[in-house]
Amino acid sequence: MDDVILRMRGIGKEFPGVRALDGVDLRVARGEIHALMGENGAGKSTLMKVLSGVYPHGSYSGEILVDGEPARFSGVRDSERAGIAIIHQELALIPQLSIAENIFLGNERTRGRGVVDWGRTAGEARALLRRVGLDEDPTLPVASLSVGRQQLVEIAKALSKEVRLLILDEPTSALNEAESDNLLELLRELRGQGITAILISHKLGEVTRVADTITVLRDGRCVETLAMADGGVDEDRIIRGMVGRDLDHRYPERVPDIGEVRFEVRDWTVDHPTQVGRRVVDGVGLTVRRGEIVGLAGLMGAGRTEFAMSLFGRSYGRYVSGTVRKDGADLRVRDVGDAIAGGIAYVPEDRKELGLILDDDIRRNLTLAGLRRVSGRGVIDSAREAVAAEEMRGRMRVKSRDVFQATGDLSGGNQQKVVLGKWMFTEPDLLILDEPTRGIDVGAKYEIYLIVQRLAAQGASVLLISSELPELLGMCDRIYAMCEGRITGELPRAQAGQEPLMKLMTRTRA
Amino acid sequence: MNAIRDVLRNNARQYGMVIALAIIVILFQILTGGLLLRPLNITNLIMQNSYVLILAIGVMLVIVTGHIDLSVGSVVAFVGAVSAIMLTGWGLPMPVVVPLALVLGALIGAWQGFWIAYVRIPAFIVTLAGMLVFRGATMVVLGGESIGPLPESLRALASGFVPDIGDTGVHVPTMVLAVAAAAVLVWLRWRTRARNLRYELPVASPATTAAASAATALVVLVFAYALAVYNGIPVVGLLLIVLIVGYSFVMNSTTTGRHIYAVGGSEKAAMLSGVKTKRTTFWVFVNMGVLSALAGLVFTARLNAATPRAGTMFELDAIAAAFIGGASASGGVGTVIGAVVGALVMGVMNNGMSLIGLGVDWQQLIKGLVLLAAVAFDIYNKKRVGSGRAHAASTPAPDPAPAPPGDAGDRAASGAGAGRPGG
Repeated sequence: MDDVILRMRGIGKEFPGVRALDGVDLRVARGEIHALMGENGAGKSTLMKVLSGVYPHGSYSGEILVDGEPARFSGVRDSERAGIAIIHQELALIPQLSIAENIFLGNERTRGRGVVDWGRTAGEARALLRRVGLDEDPTLPVASLSVGRQQLVEIAKALSKEVRLLILDEPTSALNEAESDNLLELLRELRGQGITAILISHKLGEVTRVADTITVLRDGRCVETLAMADGGVDEDRIIRGMVGRDLDHRYPERVPDIGEVRFEVRDWTVDHPTQVGRRVVDGVGLTVRRGEIVGLAGLMGAGRTEFAMSLFGRSYGRYVSGTVRKDGADLRVRDVGDAIAGGIAYVPEDRKELGLILDDDIRRNLTLAGLRRVSGRGVIDSAREAVAAEEMRGRMRVKSRDVFQATGDLSGGNQQKVVLGKWMFTEPDLLILDEPTRGIDVGAKYEIYLIVQRLAAQGASVLLISSELPELLGMCDRIYAMCEGRITGELPRAQAGQEPLMKLMTRTRA
Repeated sequence: MNAIRDVLRNNARQYGMVIALAIIVILFQILTGGLLLRPLNITNLIMQNSYVLILAIGVMLVIVTGHIDLSVGSVVAFVGAVSAIMLTGWGLPMPVVVPLALVLGALIGAWQGFWIAYVRIPAFIVTLAGMLVFRGATMVVLGGESIGPLPESLRALASGFVPDIGDTGVHVPTMVLAVAAAAVLVWLRWRTRARNLRYELPVASPATTAAASAATALVVLVFAYALAVYNGIPVVGLLLIVLIVGYSFVMNSTTTGRHIYAVGGSEKAAMLSGVKTKRTTFWVFVNMGVLSALAGLVFTARLNAATPRAGTMFELDAIAAAFIGGASASGGVGTVIGAVVGALVMGVMNNGMSLIGLGVDWQQLIKGLVLLAAVAFDIYNKKRVGSGRAHAASTPAPDPAPAPPGDAGDRAASGAGAGRPGG
């Protein structure tokens, strides 16, 4: 294993007031899958930006050796020329362009003098798509593909540049289980073809499955490098490295105190907002009791988010039918204002787009949904607002300088805590959480679980939507499964397990 | 001194605009050999720019919600024309015409707001159509001719002064108003400080607060004195003060204002937080219509005639003022004071360049470059402040928790960080 494709030595990177990387060493052997792990803000993304030339040579300290030769990248183009390609968390595809056009964007197949050779473009695109196992017409617009398939297009794009070292930043965070498996399998195949991969991921399961070597970063330093072949490396071992402490329980202990039925949804049916007659949610009925945490399991496209958003003041699609009852009385929720007044809160899946106003500071975000609590007759008491926001920041343990920091500058975990805090501020009776821990590090996850459990202990009802079955099993008292817009089953905690749930989640209509 | 430096650093963007205005004023004061700041000329400056100032406030709100309004110049002309007809043709008295004109403006705003907020046609298109429609309508109602002169009662709106008491050589009501205003400003500053103390929020030292109070009071009194040795405060000046104070209050301290910023910052996030985004957008356009109508009345009164070409290019002046004043084209950012300072920058340049005899051709060219430079400076400044957030934003906590390094730094360095001035 002495054939080293990449060495990074003593990498340091500072931002004003913050030391993001501090003497990091990284050694990647040719043809391996090397996982880079660490909590949010540990410096993984920064390190990869140094490597790919996003931060040019001279803006960091230390040196980079590719194939034993010092490399000084002054931009992404330089690193691409050296065979290094990075696939970011947010996909960099242009939705309106076709698959083939995206693959060769900035690198077009031409007949010389800037005239595109469409025959070659399509032909080579098809060959690349075959390599990544994507059976699609290369002339289709990227927008028509699912996120999982778009990810494969990104990889095809990297392959078109003759990549030797592929960096993937959280590639599976937006994928469902089948798509994730598919992607990981592809990484293994590419490894067989001699392509080295650096995989940044929070998902311990997939890392232990595919990685050959694991490097753990903490607070901008390299903590340790573990070789899977040496044995003895399991999920708990990695977590210990990431957080610097043993984590006995990934889900906090809780003794549920469940009361009578608080919310009851009946026959909730919703159509697609633009495609007439396409049923997205079909006759969903469920109950949530006081102090109960209820899970909603389902694969991508099962209609969970659509159901939740529609329930939350009809913010999705075309309402067809359905009633909500709270404490036995009908609840009118014609818009979000009604929903909030009825004690419903919804923490959306996409926190950057739907949860936060990124230009605004923590304080303004925290109070937006509950402005009434810090204002009188429409006039905001700014001092009371600042104090209330500061108190909520403390309760949510948001790591920031103060409440006047822009939420766009926070890490993912802290952003999620702000969104959660915004809804805690409204003191909800029913808290709907949609993928609340996606892309969040282990420590922040645990804190979010604690906050949610504390809310339930105070008598609120919680509806938890998650694609991670262990999370549902660890947190919920009862779990509903959805498939194709319908509830396909309901399991109490004692009977729930990954397999029975998966069976229900895949129970399609004949 | 340290305190002053901190204040300046923490509000770099806001003070940047004010400093730019001060530099332009001093520059033209020198170039015109002292003509610019003569009491007569200061009064003229206010009157000349009153309608652009009124429009700039409205346009700022529109831009904060993430939209644009190209129709304000045409609406100014149309409301001016209809008002002139009501006054001269129908012989209606002023107290009837003014409310009717404002209602007409509101209806025009509601018309455009409906298409923008509820039908979701881009504001650029709706108001481009409005620009043509209301320019055409102006020509139709005027029959292609001008109406004038207009009754004295209307002209007082644009060229009248608050009546003086006694014969002292100094305009007494103006000074009384100024003293009252200075007192209120000082009182507000101390009250805010006291309240922050009660909530144990960080406050400036008593010395700094006193110095800032004295400076504020001095500026108000000197400015008022300059007006008072001439004819006193113009009626339209009083109107402007009411509008600036009122709209600043709404935008800074009310839930309505917060909702307007939220809609511009992220419409989806605002909607999911219970903000009635469509209704908010609709009313911002209704408000724009009312302010356009008000500007129409003032402009017609100043011209003493309603003409088919009135208000041409006003929309561009108002939009330029808003952007010079720090509004963000992507919405969510901008202040009323910023728009006012932006309009004053344009106004002082117009006035100053005319005084030194520069032709309209050169004036346009220079104003265009200033607009571009102001926004470029603003974007540069935003990036700088963004990457230096640890120092620049708000009050530094005594024990700053270590900011999450990776993500925070990444965003800031890529320039994605953006701040709103003040707040």
